[in-house]
Amino acid sequence: MSVMQSPQTLAEKVWNAHVVRHGEGNGEARQPDLIYIDLHLLHEVTSPQAFEGLRLAGRQLRRPDLTIATEDHNTPTLEIDKPIADLTSRTQIETLRENCKEFGVRLHSLGDKEQGIVHVVGPQLGLTQPGMTVVCGDSHTSTHGAFGALAFGIGTSEVEHVMATQSLSLKPFKTMAINVEGTLKPAVTAKDIILAVIAKIGTGGGQGYVLEYRGSAIRSLSMDARMTICNMSIEAGARAGMIAPDETTFEYVKGRPHAPQGEDWDAAVANWNTLHSDEGASFDAEVFLNADELESFVTWGTNPGQGVSLSQSVPSPEDYEDENDRKACERALTYMGLTGGTPMKDIRVDTVFLGSCTNSRMEDLRAAAEVVKGKVKDPNVRMIVVPGSARVRLEAEAEGLDQIFKDFGAEWRFAGCSMCLGMNPDQLDEGERCASTSNRNFEGRQGKGGRTHLVSPLVAAATAVRGTLSSPSDLANTPAAV
Amino acid sequence: MEKILTHTGIGVPLRQSNVDTDQIIPAVYLKRITRTGFEDALFAGWRRDENFILNKEPFNAGSVLVAGPDFGTGSSREHAVWALKDYGFKAVISARFADIFRGNSGKQGLVAAEVAQSDIELIWKELENNPGTTVSVDLESRTVQCGSISAPFQIDDYTRWRLMEGLDDIGLTLQQEDAITAYEATRPLYKPKTLPAKTAG
Ligand code: SF4
Repeated sequence: MSVMQSPQTLAEKVWNAHVVRHGEGNGEARQPDLIYIDLHLLHEVTSPQAFEGLRLAGRQLRRPDLTIATEDHNTPTLEIDKPIADLTSRTQIETLRENCKEFGVRLHSLGDKEQGIVHVVGPQLGLTQPGMTVVCGDSHTSTHGAFGALAFGIGTSEVEHVMATQSLSLKPFKTMAINVEGTLKPAVTAKDIILAVIAKIGTGGGQGYVLEYRGSAIRSLSMDARMTICNMSIEAGARAGMIAPDETTFEYVKGRPHAPQGEDWDAAVANWNTLHSDEGASFDAEVFLNADELESFVTWGTNPGQGVSLSQSVPSPEDYEDENDRKACERALTYMGLTGGTPMKDIRVDTVFLGSCTNSRMEDLRAAAEVVKGKVKDPNVRMIVVPGSARVRLEAEAEGLDQIFKDFGAEWRFAGCSMCLGMNPDQLDEGERCASTSNRNFEGRQGKGGRTHLVSPLVAAATAVRGTLSSPSDLANTPAAV
Repeated sequence: MEKILTHTGIGVPLRQSNVDTDQIIPAVYLKRITRTGFEDALFAGWRRDENFILNKEPFNAGSVLVAGPDFGTGSSREHAVWALKDYGFKAVISARFADIFRGNSGKQGLVAAEVAQSDIELIWKELENNPGTTVSVDLESRTVQCGSISAPFQIDDYTRWRLMEGLDDIGLTLQQEDAITAYEATRPLYKPKTLPAKTAG
């Protein structure tokens, strides 16, 4: 006799498939579950103390074969064959190399063809697959949720815990459905969807939740675009973001170096086809967004929730009823050097950064290249293009994208986190204004005193042409290169 | 992690409430790549003042910190506990601890004993009048002893058990070793492995 299973959400399905041991008790008093981790990603910033903890306790790395490391946060994007100048950066990278050697961890070092931002490398190697649990000592691990994996960032002591036990004690997350129905207008992208979601639910709106992005607008997105969306789930405060796998997902994974093959592939797909929220599954919260109405979205303030459509103006403190919001707006405007009421499109930038684990994959580079092709860069703007991985860089070069960017006047760099957080020399100066495809516009994130506007790759490219925040549709009358 | 049943050491009176983690260890020390050797970072700002209690004998050799209420507030940095432990502290006594700090302490073998403020006042006086007096923290009976003062302390059952058994989070999970191995045997074969490394050539 078959037992009727109550309908489950995607997140619950993946969770339940990884329970090593259920926590005892019920409701509030319920102990955490012990959850198995399928893939552990490491980078140089959050791993050294975890490795040392293992060493101090005389413990082993349980599953080197489920662990992989890359160098990304500190790596230079110029002259990568020279020793790293900054001492802290160099120490972190050298420590990672020694640790990986000692514990038998696969490492893709600077100069290696598979080196790059950890969240670009995993999917690209086919190591990120539907239904997996993926963790990393990095909050943007949520990126991997685009494959229908449960992927989330963890702290240093948890990194050590996973190293030693390949598992984590966790209390179940709540679930939130983000329904995006409709069709995006041309030049409106995944980045605009997620910025609109964050502006809608707020930077704390997702706290304690796993977000599941669903609806026709999400289904029609490529994997690169889905990664952009899941990547920024953390900016809404969420633990993770997920998208149910479908043909688009399978197509992406198929044939990648670590994708299942032959019978394994068939078995995998059979399982992956079950990974979606069941009809009637209940979410703890639900949000609706109409894709038809979305426009290019850009931030004006100092958190990712402070965004508006590109066609709108910078808000004024008086626009807010809540006293705290008013104060936050005032403070953000002061830091950003902006006046309420200024049309977003009048804001002049100094720098355009195309890169980061949010928007540095092939599709992002192609989209931006298409916009700038045959155009002249505004002479007062510097544009830096940083591919997410060495592999992306190679592929882009094979397509001639590097030449398009260089002809345009942009700098074509080596792969890494770069100006997303300015741990390497790629930083903004005090007061410098940047249109950035990254994910965080916090004060000082891209360099002390730097001013960040989060934008899509299309807006980044159009902005580099005009010098002011722009969308590709504003370029109709700009002169072509001679 | 070492088992702690009882600890006796020189008591250090810290007449200060709301000691936040920025005071315990300033942010500049967070760039390090080690998880030991933070003894110099402990209260680094305050230690620049030569009158600070830890700059005075015999308190510099103390191992039981007796602080004012709301100890360990602010950022969740695990380094705060590392610094206290590296310096040589085995226990902190306060009338109230910040939740995250208390959690981090329990996980890393530092006893956070909650003692009524009225008793702390008595202990402070004793330690100030007779520098070098030891304080005993006994997990078994949940009491602290200092000179003639004996006071009960609060600590939750679970944390107390872990400290007495010397179990850190990892040690606890490793007790489930069999369950983990059993789970691993059920993992589908199609799940990817990072080794041997494959690349797109
Ligand atoms: S690109 Fe930025 S957000 Fe992504 S992992 Fe690197 S530093 Fe973090």
